[in-house]
Amino acid sequence: MHRAFCWLLAAFLALAAPAYAAEMDARLEPLVRGLGAGSYADTEKALAKLAETGDPAAVPVIEALQAGDLHVRKPDGAVVVAKRSGNGYALTDPVTGAPIGEADRNAVEKIKVNNALRRSMSAALGALTLMSPNAGTRWQAAEAVFKSRDANALDALNAALAKETDEGVKRAMTQARASVLLGSSAPDDDKLAAIEVLKDRGDQDALALLNGAASGGSDAVKAAAEKAVAAVENRLALWGAAQNLWYGLSLGSVLLLAAIGLAVTFGVMGVINMAHGEMVMIGAYATFLVQEAFRAWAPGLFDLSILVALPVAFLVSGAVGVVIERSVIRWLYGRPLETLLATWGLSLALQQAVRSLFGPTNREVGAPSWMSGAFQVGGLTITYGRLWIVVFAFLVFAALLVALRKTWFGLSIRAVTQNRNMASAMGIRTARVDALTFGLGSGIAGLAGVALSQIDNVSPNLGQGYIIDSFMVVVFGGVGNLWGTLVGALALGSVNKFLEPYAGAVLGKILVLIFIILFIQRRPRGLFALKGRAVEA
Amino acid sequence: MLTRFLLLGLDKKAGVLLAVLALLAVAVPVMALGTAPDSAWHLSTHTVALLGKYLCFALLALALDLVWGYVGILSLGHAAFFTLGGYAMGMYLMRQIGPRGVYGNPILPDFMVFLNWKELPWYWHGFDQFWFAAIMVVLVPGALAFAFGWFAFRSRVTGVYLSIITQALTFALMLAFFRNDMGFGGNNGLTDFKEILGFDIQAASTRVGLFVATVVALAIGYVLASSIVASKLGKVLVAVRDAESRVRFLGYETERYKLFAWTLSACMAGVAGALYVPQVGIINPSEFSPASSIEAVIWVAVGGRGTLAGAILGAVLVNFGKSYFTAALPELWLFALGGLFVLVTLFLPKGILGLAAQLRQRLPSRGAVAAKPADQKGV
Repeated sequence: MHRAFCWLLAAFLALAAPAYAAEMDARLEPLVRGLGAGSYADTEKALAKLAETGDPAAVPVIEALQAGDLHVRKPDGAVVVAKRSGNGYALTDPVTGAPIGEADRNAVEKIKVNNALRRSMSAALGALTLMSPNAGTRWQAAEAVFKSRDANALDALNAALAKETDEGVKRAMTQARASVLLGSSAPDDDKLAAIEVLKDRGDQDALALLNGAASGGSDAVKAAAEKAVAAVENRLALWGAAQNLWYGLSLGSVLLLAAIGLAVTFGVMGVINMAHGEMVMIGAYATFLVQEAFRAWAPGLFDLSILVALPVAFLVSGAVGVVIERSVIRWLYGRPLETLLATWGLSLALQQAVRSLFGPTNREVGAPSWMSGAFQVGGLTITYGRLWIVVFAFLVFAALLVALRKTWFGLSIRAVTQNRNMASAMGIRTARVDALTFGLGSGIAGLAGVALSQIDNVSPNLGQGYIIDSFMVVVFGGVGNLWGTLVGALALGSVNKFLEPYAGAVLGKILVLIFIILFIQRRPRGLFALKGRAVEA
Repeated sequence: MLTRFLLLGLDKKAGVLLAVLALLAVAVPVMALGTAPDSAWHLSTHTVALLGKYLCFALLALALDLVWGYVGILSLGHAAFFTLGGYAMGMYLMRQIGPRGVYGNPILPDFMVFLNWKELPWYWHGFDQFWFAAIMVVLVPGALAFAFGWFAFRSRVTGVYLSIITQALTFALMLAFFRNDMGFGGNNGLTDFKEILGFDIQAASTRVGLFVATVVALAIGYVLASSIVASKLGKVLVAVRDAESRVRFLGYETERYKLFAWTLSACMAGVAGALYVPQVGIINPSEFSPASSIEAVIWVAVGGRGTLAGAILGAVLVNFGKSYFTAALPELWLFALGGLFVLVTLFLPKGILGLAAQLRQRLPSRGAVAAKPADQKGV
């Protein structure tokens, strides 16, 4: 009995739902038909009625009209969505979206729109979507009204505001209302309230609106608007500075990553490794290979590929570094200029080798899901990718610092750097320490390659772009001092980004280079020179 | 006194080199202009320009050897001086185009018309006169080198640090010249030249004339450099290279010596660039790239650092190899160049000429043994 009732109910619902929908459609049907009635004025009237229904089902109809897909079928005057297919048109019902056959090209006539209609359409869509059950759609609609400042949307906005429960959407709607009110002939009190709302919003759009208000209207409104403009400009300048600081930190962390390996090979060992950029490039290509492997065998675990790529890149670049040290560099200790030339030659050969193996074009390295996207902090947009790179750069820096200070290996490195003969006499195998130190520097460059593969093109020329910058950072910070490298990277990154708005990206970079050239004149040994007697040949 | 100074440089090696250059200056015009185009001895205009290009590079290498080989300053930015000289010449050649440009503007070069510029920037004035451009070819690189060296040497920036900031210098110039609003044609640079001193720049006779001018410039540069090296001044320069502090303690103001050699070298590089541009027909900012400066260093290293003649030999050999490889086996060129860098630094620290000297040192002892019986026979 109970079960039978359930069945009955289900059957009733199954019947009733389409019937309900059909009833709604029936209500829209004459209005939709009115769109194709003839003159622009008729279409406009029908549009207004359609908007009054507040029925979300009307949204696709108006969107189709906006896109120019809405046609009148000549035989019966029905309004249909017609899309080109072959020689004729494929027709669909504007409300339900159900296909209703095809028609010849001459059998349908497009509903023409003019600019006035286009405006009404946006307003109608705004009003309709303001009532949408989806909060995201409502928010978007409110933003659209904020931008269009359409006085027609004011009633819909007020109605929607009264019903709105979501805080964020409510704020957006209040702001949209303020935007409309400020442009209308509303009484001064309303305008003053609107100015307050816009002042709280405080972004570029609000600033433009307030500037408009400050140039016209009554004295009270003008004065309030001017005050608000000043407040918003202050706020924007502050967020602009914060944004620059973040960009600077972000660029600085990239420079730090690129330079920190060099701080080991050049700073600690005194080896000018012009192939350092290529170690970064090899790290990036290792990332690419690891990702290819994940794509081929474990696409589900793709998000982990970067984590796997880290040790792989470190080992591959480190191994290449050890080979280079053993085969070339160890014969050239004490001859820095020759080392520079030989490693430059190696960098050319490595670039060509990678070009021959992987081709000259960019390889695609994907971002794992936890590195894509962005979030807002006040007026600041921070992408997760950049955030992770900043975190990663500092982690690498800290790890290297610990490795050099607290481990036996680090102790050997420092001993060999400070007094090779004494270290050798104490039983440290200096040749092996040399090779491993160079490998460590190269491996860190490989780690940098993993990070840079996320923000730069993975091509054989990847390393070239970083080599001069990295040398600048190390020389600026002071050779042989990791903290100097950190400060140097962050300082150069920030200076670069703060110059950019005034001088442009290229000129900013040129200015930074000139600054470094002049700076080295003042302090030939960098920002944090090692204390003690200058070692001079 | 000047003659005596110049004669200082004329040792046996110089004699051989100058003889070779004189032979080139005679043979190339004869072969290019005096033979029928289908003759086996005929040199095409293209070949003449190519040879001229090699010799321009040789002059650049010579300039670099003067500072690297004798003063110990490894410049990774000599291409900057070369390119500045080239731009000065290029500006003259641009002004010579006159109304024959695509837009037919009698004053403004095409790229300025394209960028909607209304009048010539101030720094382009005067370049319609050859004498002015010729002065600028020397003056601009010289002044930049003087200013740069003045600061760098006085603050005692040496060794690797100096190399790196010279590299920064040329990198900054490259970025600057890539900008369109600098007024040097942006990344397209200056090109489409029509004539130089009233002669058609494409004509075979003009090309030969430019080639001979390059030979003469190289010869003068060589005599000048080798005279300086052989003079007392040269001894001080070498001493600065080997033990700068000691020279300073002896009372020499080493900065002045370095600054002199450095500025002179930059001027020579500027002249080389100025001769390069009309023969190649284009100058653009990529010539400023740090890579081309470092390539010039390898020419010197291959030929033999601190030998002057070796620099010339190295520049010609490496560039000949480059022309050959990039045409026949483009994939392998970078391997070859890279390998050259490594092998030369590891196994030929003194370059080809140094190797020859080493062999000669070894041979006489064997030669003496071998010669003895012959002598005895003779007796």
